[in-house]
Amino acid sequence: MRNAESNSKSFKKRRKERIDRGIKARSSDIFALSSWREMLYLTAPRLIPIVGLLVLSVVLSHYWQRVLLSVSVFALLAISWDILAQSGMVSLGQALFFGTGAYLAGNMNHYFGWSPYITIPLATIFGGLLSTLFLLPVLRLRGIYFSMVTLVLPLMLVRIIEATRIFGGTEGLSGLGALPNRWVEVYLIIAALLASLFGFRRLMNSDFGLVLKAINDNDRSVMNAGINIYWFKTQALFIAAAIGAFAGAFMTHVYMFVGMPVFALDYSILPIAAAVVGGMGTLAGSMLGAFILVPLSELLRGLGGLRIVFYGLFLVVFTVAIPEGIFHYIQRKYHQFERWVEVER
Amino acid sequence: MSSSPLLEVAELRKNFGGVQAIDDLNFEIIEGELLGVIGPNGSGKTTAVNLISGFVKPTEGNISYRGKNITGWPPYKIVRLGIARTFQMVKPFYQLPAYKNMIIPLYSPRVKKIVGGKYGDRDAVALDLLEEVGFERDSFVAYKVASVLPQGYLKRLELAKAIALQPDLIILDELFSGLSLAEVASIVPIIEKLRQQGKTIIMIEHRLKELFRIADRVIVLNYGQKIADGSATEVMENPEVKNAYLGSE
Amino acid sequence: MLAHTFVYGFVNSVILVLVALGFNLTFGISGVANFAYGALYIMSALLCWVFFNAIGLPYILAVIFATGVTAVAGALMYRFVLLRIRGMVLSEIIATFGIGLALLELFKYMGFIGFEYSLPVTIDTSIDIGPVVLDIQRLFIVMIGIAMAAFLWFFTHHTRTGLRFRAIAQDERTALSLGINSDRVAMLSVSFGAAYAAVAAIVILPLGTINVEQGYSVLINALAVCIVGGLGSTGGLVLASFLIGYGQTFTVTYLESHWVMLVPLIAILAILVIKPSGLFGEQKELEERI
Repeated sequence: MRNAESNSKSFKKRRKERIDRGIKARSSDIFALSSWREMLYLTAPRLIPIVGLLVLSVVLSHYWQRVLLSVSVFALLAISWDILAQSGMVSLGQALFFGTGAYLAGNMNHYFGWSPYITIPLATIFGGLLSTLFLLPVLRLRGIYFSMVTLVLPLMLVRIIEATRIFGGTEGLSGLGALPNRWVEVYLIIAALLASLFGFRRLMNSDFGLVLKAINDNDRSVMNAGINIYWFKTQALFIAAAIGAFAGAFMTHVYMFVGMPVFALDYSILPIAAAVVGGMGTLAGSMLGAFILVPLSELLRGLGGLRIVFYGLFLVVFTVAIPEGIFHYIQRKYHQFERWVEVER
Repeated sequence: MSSSPLLEVAELRKNFGGVQAIDDLNFEIIEGELLGVIGPNGSGKTTAVNLISGFVKPTEGNISYRGKNITGWPPYKIVRLGIARTFQMVKPFYQLPAYKNMIIPLYSPRVKKIVGGKYGDRDAVALDLLEEVGFERDSFVAYKVASVLPQGYLKRLELAKAIALQPDLIILDELFSGLSLAEVASIVPIIEKLRQQGKTIIMIEHRLKELFRIADRVIVLNYGQKIADGSATEVMENPEVKNAYLGSE
Repeated sequence: MLAHTFVYGFVNSVILVLVALGFNLTFGISGVANFAYGALYIMSALLCWVFFNAIGLPYILAVIFATGVTAVAGALMYRFVLLRIRGMVLSEIIATFGIGLALLELFKYMGFIGFEYSLPVTIDTSIDIGPVVLDIQRLFIVMIGIAMAAFLWFFTHHTRTGLRFRAIAQDERTALSLGINSDRVAMLSVSFGAAYAAVAAIVILPLGTINVEQGYSVLINALAVCIVGGLGSTGGLVLASFLIGYGQTFTVTYLESHWVMLVPLIAILAILVIKPSGLFGEQKELEERI
């Protein structure tokens, strides 16, 4: 589409051609084993997040380690959002999954006294199940209704908690159990993040993921192939919800507190912005977006009131200038290059 | 091969908010037949297909397959029983290459049940199936993204997707529309082969000459009702059919 | 008490109608998402205040200029932002939401908070409607609201430009092939919607002060009304406004006031369960429930 830009001012017409780099062709299939350079070309993109995160976890100051926790949580929410989006469900309420997981973990710890090692896995699974149950009825309707219900549910849950004062009401539950030390916190979340990134990327690239993407593309055609699209959507929803619930449960034990703020709009909006800025459709892009936006938000803290102004402007500029997202842009540049070519007469 | 009908449609009615698309439709088809369905535009042919394949629920009436009442069933359940259909407006997955399009039907539970266990490499099976419908392997057409394929190939892809589901009854909705005579001539042998495999076929068509060459029996729809049922020649002699197509004096 | 609730519920409902009309025009009728709507609403009121108080123009001129500037702002927003991302609904929502966010927080930062920021009422008296005392401003709002709704309905159903608004949402390719410049029409619809927001703000905000936070709740209310009524249908919008409006008034009078924000949210959920396309939305059998 952007390939043919002919320079019509002069008679000699040229167009921009985009072709794969030599090294990409040389490293496809088994030929990748032919030299270290080719293997490096393939493995580097995968190694960067792993090595990068490990290095960061060690060199950052105490304050920025906390930020890293926050970044990772938002990255998980963004990955969860991306999985849903690829399956044709646009979630405007990641906070629903986050908050459900958070409250489940918090309540189990507060009322039953279970340790975080038990509450976090349980909250992940049951948070996923519960959120999926909430959204099951809407799966049969058009996509836009799914989006609207996900937007509305967290807002409603907040009001209900505020009005009925259950689960700690407006004050929330505090003094909850913590994880042993901050190194456990950091490495747990990094491990979860990397596992999610690589694991679910693999899943989405498999035939299972292909069916999900096909449902997004043309759900009637998939129905026509004898596949129960609702079962597939339910599975995708559960996976995404469980990821979000994990993030929520994790944060509950980091802050040792759970309250109404877990359903805040922030948790819904930022993952979407991260995916749009970083690049939808590849889980890595969403993660990248989170790694850009959350630290940016921290850095802008010094500006006080103007912070959100810049933030909003940043979103606008990015959405308009690089609509495909940064990751896609980088990926394109990594695999292909452009050059001007004469158009044959 | 019993003579009780494979598919039976009785007193079928469908109303779309004031428009009576199907009005008391009755017909049946026995196993191994090739039934043609013709009729002027708007006579309800595609709606009938949508009703049988479950994409639209009837207002009244019954549809049964091998004696089982499938009225109102959702499409994926009907496909798993063994009924496959193509769409008049082809619906490929435009972002995917042609052979990846085939992965979706090959992932269907029915295919898993019939072929059993590990199908082997789905990609290879996809390429084989595509070759059978005319995607020449040498030209690597099967690897092309669906959005760049011309109509002739898209129609064949649609057919291949239906065949991949291992159906017993195939409903082809205007498969020949938009194809040249040569293309039609090249698809007919594929349909013949399906018949030899014992499959039952329903073909909705506008191109009467090509259809009459291969159909055993033809029914004619007009304003949602069946107005004729018989061999091709019988049906075309029918004055009501002539009226429907050409208009009365 | 009942009569009081009846009259004030009516006023509340018309307020909702007025607020939602502009949003419905762009999102429901023309298919362009403008989530900066709340920000434009507040901006127009602040502009009016500035023109009237800081610059000292006569009030009627301040109103006209404020509306005009807001309409132009809408057009500019389209030209420089939305145009580049037409068709990608998610990007449209995020970009316009970003603009709205930036604007509202900018207003907060610039200090437009406080009791002195309010617009003057037209006539500061009230009349009696049976046992109920109603101020003229509210009566004025009702009249304007009805007029604007009627005008919008007439415009989109009987004028050429209005029909074009609807055409580009229904099938853009067909509209293009009929010679409709879809980009220009979309820009006009965003601009028009912004102007509607301005009129609504200027007429409604005299009831209290210009509260920047309201920018967010305006967006939620407009969204709720449009969803419940059916995106694109003016009749549905009116009916939904009355349902939600009366619901809110009854909640305030007979229950506790902090349940009020729940009303639009419950309405959305209810309509999604009963009739997802909205009260008067188009029935799409094959697409709605497969």
